[in-house]
Amino acid sequence: MSPVPLLDVHGLVKDFVVRRKKLRAVDNVSFDISSGETLALVGESGSGKSTAALCATLLEKPTGGSVRFDGTDMVAAKPSIRRRLRRDIQFVFQDPSSSLDPRMTVEEIVREPLDIHRVGTPDERRQRAMKLLDRVGIDPAAAQRRPASLSGGQRQRIGIARALALRPKLIVCDEPVSALDVSVRAQIINLLVELRAQESLSYLFIAHDLAVVRHIADRVAVLYLGTIVETGSKAEVFGRPAHPYTAALLSAVPSAEPDRTLERIVLGGDPPSPFDRPEGCVFQQRCWRADELCRRQRPALVEFRPGQQTACHHPIDDPGATT
Amino acid sequence: MSTRPLLEVRALTTVLDRPGGAVPVINSVSFDVGRGERVAIVGESGSGKSTTALSMIGLLPRGLRHQAGQVLLDGLDITELRGEQMQAVRGRRVGVVFQDPLHSLDPVVTIGVQIAAVARKHEPQLRRREVQERVVELLSDVGFASPAEFMGRYPHQLSGGMRQRAMIAASLAGRPELLIADEPTSALDVTVQAQIIDLLERLSEGRGLAVVLITHDLGLVAGFAHRTVVMYGGTVVEVGATAELFRRPLHPYTEGLLACAPRIDGPLDELLVAIPGNPPTVASLPAGCTFAPRCPKVHDRCSAQRPELQSWQGAAVACHLVEKGVRS
Repeated sequence: MSPVPLLDVHGLVKDFVVRRKKLRAVDNVSFDISSGETLALVGESGSGKSTAALCATLLEKPTGGSVRFDGTDMVAAKPSIRRRLRRDIQFVFQDPSSSLDPRMTVEEIVREPLDIHRVGTPDERRQRAMKLLDRVGIDPAAAQRRPASLSGGQRQRIGIARALALRPKLIVCDEPVSALDVSVRAQIINLLVELRAQESLSYLFIAHDLAVVRHIADRVAVLYLGTIVETGSKAEVFGRPAHPYTAALLSAVPSAEPDRTLERIVLGGDPPSPFDRPEGCVFQQRCWRADELCRRQRPALVEFRPGQQTACHHPIDDPGATT
Repeated sequence: MSTRPLLEVRALTTVLDRPGGAVPVINSVSFDVGRGERVAIVGESGSGKSTTALSMIGLLPRGLRHQAGQVLLDGLDITELRGEQMQAVRGRRVGVVFQDPLHSLDPVVTIGVQIAAVARKHEPQLRRREVQERVVELLSDVGFASPAEFMGRYPHQLSGGMRQRAMIAASLAGRPELLIADEPTSALDVTVQAQIIDLLERLSEGRGLAVVLITHDLGLVAGFAHRTVVMYGGTVVEVGATAELFRRPLHPYTEGLLACAPRIDGPLDELLVAIPGNPPTVASLPAGCTFAPRCPKVHDRCSAQRPELQSWQGAAVACHLVEKGVRS
């Protein structure tokens, strides 16, 4: 039925050693992204969402697991092949003021990837850079300015233009709008949605803001303490969350609607540290449905409904019964 | 008891001194806070929301200067107070909580000692045991299940959420009537953010504490504040009862802000209704209405003359369209 996914990540594990203690940041994470699709990795700080994305693109070397991009095994590939594949994977980061070189002009920033890979003649590169700036809504008159003289929203547009320069197949967006003002956020979300269709892109979208994810993702994977606790289509995960953590996360999102329909669940405690991962279910300490089984045995990620998998011994079946 | 509001901010103007002359960072800001009332000040970066808070408590950073206007606490203008007098108000009558508790808490002093110091400063007559009891009570009020254990901890030993709760406890140690919370949850995870907002609401209800919550997040405001003050470009553009303001925003900026926020439930359109352009900076404030360059309903008068904040059906709004009765 489905063709080979663009990115296929299986059993990803990443350990760090911090002060001689082993820390498992990513624990057996699997996901795939088809061409033209957006998968969002959501979670709170320490959930491992950024590390998972870095490992999935081999910017961090995974401790275990396999990564196939466009059919090629990225982990086993020779560095030269890996480098070529990486042209097809680009990044947009959270804070455009620290990810853009302050000494370069806007045009140079966007042109740099083309220069590095020697795409076309210098003249063609310049033209392509100007075209990209126009594409993301930056006035050509700003091309010779430096990032510091531009607003946060404009800088993020430039970061996006740079990411598009090499015509990638996949863009990893790591919290691309969290540093922006609310009124500018919507502009950038809209731009990303439009570009995906026009440039036939796929996004791996990393975010803590579920409302943003709801507007951009096709599928969602919810991470907690380095593992996926729930994954599925946007409609299922947002409409009928099965894992208690997903339900709590959704209900905790501040909503500007005075007549909101979601019931609020306020979790006790803090997201735990990856240094003391509990036995059994990762969420048990904060879960109101946890029992003896949850403390003893870690639930596997299994299909709960068609297109929705959850790792929970006591998944929420009825959307109304969140307590 | 008097029917006078606890706090009246009147035409507060704070300027930034620059080589070319002073430029206003907040311009003629006015609003009230009643006893036990929760008021939110909402705005984006550069809106002047934090400067308003700092001006209210006389904690302006170097370069910023109170130029005009009053902040009346029970009728007493606290912008006139200096040194000792101001310190007697801040902490004692008005508690303050900032975004990052790691910068507000002393890293080398335990939580218990820091909270005790605040209580002792404002009520020197308290006996040692009374201070201890106060600290335990405060820590338990802000949700620490075993206060005795937490008293001996240092800030770095606590998570972000615990630190913010400790900070709230410290700000309440002088038993203030008003708490000013400047982006208290912006550095926290969303599930922890919900805990803190819940806590502020509980404390406000339980102690009759008035709260001014300063935030960029309209969503936080919806369930929390009785009234909302919307700021843009250093001016108040709209004030109203929160539910009413969300349901029927009067100012085009408030309307745009509500429409462009991604939603967690309700109907889903892939494209959001974005407000074009960027918020103004202090250096680039337009002469007329500060929102005019981005306003979909702009007309000639808007760029020529700045609209005054005026009452409109129980709310207040600064917009020429409302004056003309176009929006009713």
